[in-house]
Amino acid sequence: MAEKLIMKRPEALTDKEFTYCPGCLHGVAHRLVAEILDEMELTQNTIMVAPVGCSVFAYEFFNVDGTVAAHGRATAVATGIKRAMPDKTVFTYQGDGDLAAIGTAETVHSANRGEKFTTIFINNAIYGMTGGQMAPTTLEGMKTTTSPYGRDVNDVGYPVHVCELLQNLKGVAYLERVALFTPQQIQKAKKAIKKAFIAQQKGLGYSLIEVVSTCPTNWGQTPLESIEWAKDKMISEYPLGVFVDRVGDDK
Amino acid sequence: MTNDKIMMKGTEAMGEAAIRAGCKLYFGYPITPQSELPEYMSRRLPEIDGTFLQAESEVAAVNMVYGAACTGTRVMTSTSSPGFSLMMEGVSYIAGAELPAVFINVVRGGPGLGDIQPAQSDYFQGTKGGGHGDYRLICLAPSTLQEAVDHISLAFDMADKYRTPALIIADGMLGQMMEPVTLPEFSNNDLKAVHEGWALRGTNGREKHMVTSFDIDPVKLEKMNERYQATYKKIENNEVRVEEYLMEDAEYAFVAYGTMARILKTTIKMAREEGIKVGLIRPITLWPFPYKAVEKAAEKCKFLMSVEMSAGQMLEDVRLGVNGKVPTPFYGRMGGVVPTPTEVLNALKKEMGV
Repeated sequence: MAEKLIMKRPEALTDKEFTYCPGCLHGVAHRLVAEILDEMELTQNTIMVAPVGCSVFAYEFFNVDGTVAAHGRATAVATGIKRAMPDKTVFTYQGDGDLAAIGTAETVHSANRGEKFTTIFINNAIYGMTGGQMAPTTLEGMKTTTSPYGRDVNDVGYPVHVCELLQNLKGVAYLERVALFTPQQIQKAKKAIKKAFIAQQKGLGYSLIEVVSTCPTNWGQTPLESIEWAKDKMISEYPLGVFVDRVGDDK
Repeated sequence: MTNDKIMMKGTEAMGEAAIRAGCKLYFGYPITPQSELPEYMSRRLPEIDGTFLQAESEVAAVNMVYGAACTGTRVMTSTSSPGFSLMMEGVSYIAGAELPAVFINVVRGGPGLGDIQPAQSDYFQGTKGGGHGDYRLICLAPSTLQEAVDHISLAFDMADKYRTPALIIADGMLGQMMEPVTLPEFSNNDLKAVHEGWALRGTNGREKHMVTSFDIDPVKLEKMNERYQATYKKIENNEVRVEEYLMEDAEYAFVAYGTMARILKTTIKMAREEGIKVGLIRPITLWPFPYKAVEKAAEKCKFLMSVEMSAGQMLEDVRLGVNGKVPTPFYGRMGGVVPTPTEVLNALKKEMGV
């Protein structure tokens, strides 16, 4: 019987094995981005910017031209790339510490300028690479290695809501918060990522997809526990939905 | 080259020279005493279909430079001392990623907020590091506006040739004064091809390119460092530039760069009128430093006096070159005070014991 290929590794991913922990959802997020790049036939004309954090190696996993920015500076680097090569598709892939703590200024101003690139923002409420320290997005009361008694909002402030923060900036063309905890959510996330790249293709402005994710290793949970915990705790703090959509129904 | 001289302000002359050298993108943040440079670029770059972008900070600006440099396109920024401090992180990354880019630091008095007057107190920062890691910056130190204009295209050419950032160390005097300059013709270099082998421009059928200063494996990172050092060795062998002024018969030598060197030519004239045979060694490249010229002078001069608008930073390189053969006195003013020719003459005489 002849073999029929029904599923394959996207062209936009290299053969390199992911370095992520068991149960980490970076792999799912990478795959979704790669599938969209292939589907939209952008892979050969894309330049990516990896962050500092667990996904620092992302530029090795995506089969596109890429670089690594200094911690927090990915959107500034992407600004330089896109301004030099306006015909290319450019995206940054960043975590919460990178994007919403050390890189807050770069994030806000790139969004405000309406830079015509896309950011994939992974929010798992913790610094993974450095070993589980408190992130700007760490939930109230959540224990981390630098908030061992639980995040005290009266002392260190509240979880930062990136989509809510950016939604009033007029340079933003597409902004959605998605999650990766059920097959339906993953399908929705893929559609959101596609819309973000459409916004870029059409030159409408800045697009960012916040992907609510997990960190079983640093949360001290099994992969399945972390997903159940995130469905409950993360989604109630970070409600899913579309915040800005200037793309409309355009496919 | 047209010989028409036009009167221009230093910052604007450097901006026009950059455009003529093929600079396509400028990212910067306003800071005195060089804000006329971004202002000039904001007017001028759109006329050549280039990009001017005012960043939200020097931190962002230098990373925009990094991004544009990743595509192998001529890009620059300019700033002044406190702003250059903010850029140090990005400069280290640019050096580590082996990216060509041009920086201008119009140095002002420091440390901290300091003031906005001309100074030379960022010598260490430019020549010895400032950012982290074993990296070097090509450092050019013009002493006139014409030289500043000429150094711009030289800086771009060297940055492209060696794939390393180049820095022009000017000072508030060079940035703010007006002087007649001859501008170069527009560069016709097609630089796209030069960097085709590594630049990030989309794969379009070829293997992917990666630009990074990063490798988690220390043995591989050491290999990368060895490559940087090999480049720096080539630069040290090929690119040392120095002016030796009235050194043939000199019994004493000043060592000075930039604005200070220019002032010392007046001091030397005054001294020679009094029969004091003094000359000047003017490093044009601060890195690579002209150690050999200093060493040669130490063979025949009674002393080499470093004169700086700082507490004595280049002095350390002068002493490395002199290597203890003769005394190396120092005269300097700090905080943006520019020494007069007379006060340096008096300092020289004091050292001579007359």
